[in-house]
Amino acid sequence: MKIAVCIKQVPTREWQPRLRDDKTWIREQDASFEMNEPDAYALEESLRLREKHGGEVVVCAAGPARVQQVLREALARGADRAIHVEDESLGSADAFVTAGALAAAMAGEKFDLVLTGLQSDDQGHGQTGVVLAERLGIPHSTIIMEIQIDSSTGSGQAAGMRVKRELEGGWFQWVAMPLPALLTIQSGINQLRYATLKGIMAAKKKEIRKVARPDGLEPSQQIVALALPVRSKQTQMIAGSPAEAAKELVRRLREEARAL
Amino acid sequence: MILVIAEQRDGALNRATWEALVAAQQLAGGDALKVALLGGQAGAAAQELAAAGVGEVLTVTDAALEPYTPDGYVLALAQLITSASPQVIALAHTYQARDFAPMLAARLTLPLVTDVTGITGSGTQATFTRPMFQGKLAAEVKPKTAGACLVTFQIGAFRADALKKGTSPSPMTNVAVTIDPSAIRQKPEAPFQEAKQAVDLSQAARIVAVGRGIKAQDQLPVAEKLAKAMGAELAASRPICDSGWLPMERQIGSSGQTVAPKLYVALGISGAIQHLVGMKGSRTIVAINKDADAPIFEVADYGIVGDLFEIVPALVAELEK
Repeated sequence: MKIAVCIKQVPTREWQPRLRDDKTWIREQDASFEMNEPDAYALEESLRLREKHGGEVVVCAAGPARVQQVLREALARGADRAIHVEDESLGSADAFVTAGALAAAMAGEKFDLVLTGLQSDDQGHGQTGVVLAERLGIPHSTIIMEIQIDSSTGSGQAAGMRVKRELEGGWFQWVAMPLPALLTIQSGINQLRYATLKGIMAAKKKEIRKVARPDGLEPSQQIVALALPVRSKQTQMIAGSPAEAAKELVRRLREEARAL
Repeated sequence: MILVIAEQRDGALNRATWEALVAAQQLAGGDALKVALLGGQAGAAAQELAAAGVGEVLTVTDAALEPYTPDGYVLALAQLITSASPQVIALAHTYQARDFAPMLAARLTLPLVTDVTGITGSGTQATFTRPMFQGKLAAEVKPKTAGACLVTFQIGAFRADALKKGTSPSPMTNVAVTIDPSAIRQKPEAPFQEAKQAVDLSQAARIVAVGRGIKAQDQLPVAEKLAKAMGAELAASRPICDSGWLPMERQIGSSGQTVAPKLYVALGISGAIQHLVGMKGSRTIVAINKDADAPIFEVADYGIVGDLFEIVPALVAELEK
């Protein structure tokens, strides 16, 4: 099976937001970056599928030069090779542009299965995977918690699969679908592996194919302004030493909120 | 005209549809509103929508639309939208909308703005507020093109009880579409629940919930002691259940349980939106987190910035006095 997994590089969880002067994007020079968490689960799932069914895992990303860091990390964890649509403008691109850039670079590869995370921890549109499926002309299913490849054809060529979709409120649903197809992966589908020293060494020799941003990609939306969110409640912050803060909180929960 | 796409399962309307209708009324200004309902048959959900009198109900009925599939919905809705030509297509940001709305937007080449919490202006001139960077920032977003767009509204961001109902029921119109069943590539099976939920957190008066800040499974007793001292149930955010530190049935958030207890204490939970939608209806919310900018403080009534491993034992000691 030839599997593509699309990953995005996003600011780390510890990153404190700071804005560029025009307030339409973040000050990237202050941020440190890491692999988008749901994408890390998609990568892990692709490696497990390859271990079970054979084939190749190709990791794909659209973004500025900095994105190489997460591509190398994916290669160190076990992906076979990488495709990087490289352009500075792709760092803040919307989902239509990102999906369009990925589709152009991936179309000729004829992947059997494409995996993405269900959404990114930066812009969080939750669209790139599904739009990519539509651009590639393949069916999709979203928020997937298990993948069963149907390899009963005997030719080694999988014809279809059954996937477990997460619904809201603790409900699930199995969906059967043909291959090729695209799935967006939910965090927690598996236990992540980390790169070994051997993997890190091997990654240095693996290919990262660079592709230019294709022409004619138009953003569908623009960020007019970014700001710290407006608080919906007046939060009473309680200061002091742990003992003082604890005493004051218990007093207020008993006397003001009557919650204890 | 603003077109709201309602959501139903087995004839029961998803409650978030009412919130999308409230948002759509705000977005419409004085403009007309219509509601589309897709399914195998129109049924009770269509009657319920018509009875609210908020605008013409367009029923799209076809055997190929039951059960829901993204392919079926996109085939039907592309035809409906092309013929009705609404200015804005509005939906609740449910898992189902997340499954088909991006495909519909891509097929029609219309912008899609997701997870919207606020609206400025109306119709095609509107700008939308939506979270970015896990809720650390709020973005004002505008569709690039002057024409129609799709918008999904975050669950809980608009109050369903703010709906301006009409004085008389709305008309219902059946809209014919052509769907080739062989063009539907997904074959869904019946929805199921993993296990009978032993813990019904929605009935708990108090909940102590832990997030990534607890750091390790063997630190859980820190939170358990506080839960015991408060007479509370123990719960968690998704990453804790993903790691297997607590069972999935104790997960709060969009993929877990939705709760509204008298007291909710969030320990080391940053407050990703997927968690907030499951608990922000709680009467009193306490947040304890080392990061003063964590989004959890936006919904908290009381906040303490600091190390939970110092503060929680102090709380337990205070409660046991």
